[in-house]
Amino acid sequence: MMTWPILSVVTFLPLLGALLIFLMARGDSEPAARNARWIALWTTLITFVVSLILVARFDPAQPGFQFVEEGRWLASTIGYKMGVDGISLPFVILTTALLPICIIASWKSVTARVPVYMIAFLVLETLMTGTFAALDLLLFYVFFEGGLIPMFLIIGIWGGPRRVYATFKFFLYTLLGSVLMLLAIMALYWNAGTTDIPTLMTTAVPRGLQTWAWLAFFASFAVKMPMWPVHTWLPDAHVEAPTAGSVILAAILLKMGGYGFLRFSLPMFPLASHDFAPLVFTLSAIAIVYTSLVAMVQEDMKKLIAYSSVAHMGFVTMGIFAGTSQGVAGAVFQMVSHGIVSGALFLCVGVVYDRMHTREIAAYGGLVNRMPLYAMIFLVFTMANVGLPGTSGFIGEFLTLIGTFRVSTTTAFFAATGVILSAAYALWLYRKVVFGALVNPALATIKDLTFREAVTLGPLLVLTILFGFYPKPLLDFSAASVQQLVNTYNQAVTVVKAAALVQ
Amino acid sequence: MKTEGQDLTPMNFTPAGYSLLPVLPEIVLAVGAMALLMLGAFRGQRSTPLVVTLAIVLLVVTGGLLLWWLPSGRLETFGGSFILDGYARFLKILALLGSAVTLLISYGFLAERPRRIFEYAILILISTVGMMTLISAGDLITLYLGLELMSLSLYVVAASNRDDVKSTEAGLKYFVLGALASGMMLYGMSLIYGFTGTVSFTGVAAAVKSGSIGVAFGLVFLLAGLCFKISAVPFHMWTPDVYEGAPTPVTAFFSSSPKVAAFAVFVRVVLTAFPNIVHEWQQIVVFVAIASMALGAFGAIGQRNIKRMMAYSSIGHMGFALVGLAAGTAEGVQGVIVYLVIYTTMTLGAFTIILAMNHDGRPLEQISDFAGLSRSKPLLAFCFAMLLFSLAGIPPLAGFFAKFYVFTAAIKAGLFTLSVVGVLSSVVGAFYYLNIIKVMYFDQPGQAPDAMRLELGTVVAASTLFNLLFFAYPSPLISAAGNAAKSLF
Repeated sequence: MMTWPILSVVTFLPLLGALLIFLMARGDSEPAARNARWIALWTTLITFVVSLILVARFDPAQPGFQFVEEGRWLASTIGYKMGVDGISLPFVILTTALLPICIIASWKSVTARVPVYMIAFLVLETLMTGTFAALDLLLFYVFFEGGLIPMFLIIGIWGGPRRVYATFKFFLYTLLGSVLMLLAIMALYWNAGTTDIPTLMTTAVPRGLQTWAWLAFFASFAVKMPMWPVHTWLPDAHVEAPTAGSVILAAILLKMGGYGFLRFSLPMFPLASHDFAPLVFTLSAIAIVYTSLVAMVQEDMKKLIAYSSVAHMGFVTMGIFAGTSQGVAGAVFQMVSHGIVSGALFLCVGVVYDRMHTREIAAYGGLVNRMPLYAMIFLVFTMANVGLPGTSGFIGEFLTLIGTFRVSTTTAFFAATGVILSAAYALWLYRKVVFGALVNPALATIKDLTFREAVTLGPLLVLTILFGFYPKPLLDFSAASVQQLVNTYNQAVTVVKAAALVQ
Repeated sequence: MKTEGQDLTPMNFTPAGYSLLPVLPEIVLAVGAMALLMLGAFRGQRSTPLVVTLAIVLLVVTGGLLLWWLPSGRLETFGGSFILDGYARFLKILALLGSAVTLLISYGFLAERPRRIFEYAILILISTVGMMTLISAGDLITLYLGLELMSLSLYVVAASNRDDVKSTEAGLKYFVLGALASGMMLYGMSLIYGFTGTVSFTGVAAAVKSGSIGVAFGLVFLLAGLCFKISAVPFHMWTPDVYEGAPTPVTAFFSSSPKVAAFAVFVRVVLTAFPNIVHEWQQIVVFVAIASMALGAFGAIGQRNIKRMMAYSSIGHMGFALVGLAAGTAEGVQGVIVYLVIYTTMTLGAFTIILAMNHDGRPLEQISDFAGLSRSKPLLAFCFAMLLFSLAGIPPLAGFFAKFYVFTAAIKAGLFTLSVVGVLSSVVGAFYYLNIIKVMYFDQPGQAPDAMRLELGTVVAASTLFNLLFFAYPSPLISAAGNAAKSLF
């Protein structure tokens, strides 16, 4: 079926584009910037098209890994292995689809050091795709943490006034979490004798090691998600990052945490996951309620959306550790949906920021009078953020809530209140920015969406509504893999429970 | 009565066990160094560039001899005092490489009038002979001989900027503290000899089956001396001052080859002379590793001078390499070797960049001098940024794999506390590396540095490419290091 290493091509094609920019578009001149933009756009578009071949050839009925590629790398036990299943493929597509949008969104707003900027984004795309496609634990780690370097530069060079603080915080927080995971990876390596992920999934891990390894992985993924109380880097990073950086951060980098829980924590440490589920539920419920409340009092648009991201990720962690098929499927769906919606919301903020150069909510008001198209699009994404039925946000939240309800009613109860709170802050934001009288004189000449901006928001709008009304394709896509994951998890937990009863 | 000479047959000039073949590279290097000394003495200081070039050629020839001319396998001579095994070969090549690169980046430094001293190259060659002897040491006497030959040359090289107060101070400081360390080491050796009755590593290993207080004392003093040479805490005090005071090419030298040689003998002595009392030296190594990693990480944060900062960085890196030794296994030694290789390339690249930072001939050594380098010299800044990320151990750069191997060995050996402390201090360490990247990329440009000499650019490019692309094809180095490590066990 497969004649060429399609996954590796999707992963490393952007790197080729980066090399091309490096060779052909140097310096700060305008032609160099233009070349860099076009090369970056074409590279990401071609990568996206190639990644669609993955979708076409993917067999949703098969739960295992597909498009598997293997090669020698460090040693016979630590190899280069790539492959995707129904859980990871949506994230690969999400990455390749969002990158062209990010490039277009930065077309006019980034004017300084454009070639470096584009190179950073292309390298980041390679590393993110690789994270989702890696089937070797060490390879995963290399991609996972390598992403810090371009993101550090993106926030630090093209960010806002407090960018240095924000980017250091982002880098060091994430690094601190992941080095502990690295130690756990080493321990797993000696336990199983390999870092091959499919093998590790079927290797029994001793109970003691499970607990420690789970905690170490949790340290990394909880920071990345981010979960309360280690979420504080996120609002800073989001506020200071350039628009496209925020989009990537919210839409893809945060998903790495959830993906990690699904790929490693549940299948490799089922007993520890079961033991620690109450902890995760508590943290998730706190995250949903607390950060929603915090979001209500924000004065900065990006910060508000950042806090709402933390709340939405709370639904994801809750759904994952519920360990039910609805919960896990909902978590996957919620992550994809949040990737689309929050990415779009940051783009919406970027649109007005590019015109007014402020993100303060108080500076806006009455935009609907001057920007009707913008008001309409922003409304849809706000509603999707709230979780209104008919938008993709609803499906994910609903499924995770059902999945959790069967396991922990209390958590589901608190999480459901979060839905109400999210309506409160999102609608408040929308009212302040879009409705009301147009008071600020600077807004009097503000222009509606340009064609370029409409191009970035259009596809996301279509997807949000499409998945809201017809979520089946996406759910079917991951159903087999999710079911298998849930079955093995429940099996492992039941075996231990039965053994405990016998004694 | 038979004299010893009668044992010799005419065909076999040297008695059995005293073949000169394994020492051939050292002999070539030493004789070559003396010949170059003559050349320099007769032709005067204007021959400096020639002497340096010939010295580099000599180092390359010696490396070639080691690699292709000598028979492979384990060779011993002088009754087991001198061992040439896979481990020694590998690290000798690395030390030779470090010395050759040092000479290569020294052309600019030696070009100016008061510093046109050809002795510089000779001293580095002699010091390299010392390193090679050290790496091959099979008993305590050879160890001491090699160490002193190496160190005495280093003391002089540190002060080679004769008219500069800081440089002479660095040389003097290094000498006084180095002499103290040598004394301690000799004392430790005499204790070990007194309690075991032998100086050869294998003999000591056979005699020391269980810990005794005398041997433990001897071991502590011996390790104290070695820790001084690799600048591990608590014997690191000389490092920041000497690194800052010595001329930059010399600092680059200090941080590469001598560290490799001293580390090589450190590993060899504890593993071949004290394999039966692993527990005794393991505690020491674990403590030293933790202290070095932590001090290296925290000490560097407050530094303004980049050479001082790199001094703390090297203290930290020696701590990381010691993590591999603490494991005391073949994997651990493999990790140490990989670490030393990668560390040498990183540090030589970084110091070459520091060396290239001049404005109107005046060296720029403050961290703030790097402000906005990404604007004035984008390629140089990129190289430095990559080397710094590598030093911080961020994947996919080579520095990550160096750390990966030592920590993997430590985890296998069950040294969890050490590993956790280690990775946490690597996060702290990342902060100050990031800080330089921040200065280069996020700050407003300051004064632009002068154009770079060609050979410096080559070294920087080579080390950056090595660190950047190591992940793509790591297996040759990893397996070579694995084979080298196995020859110790």
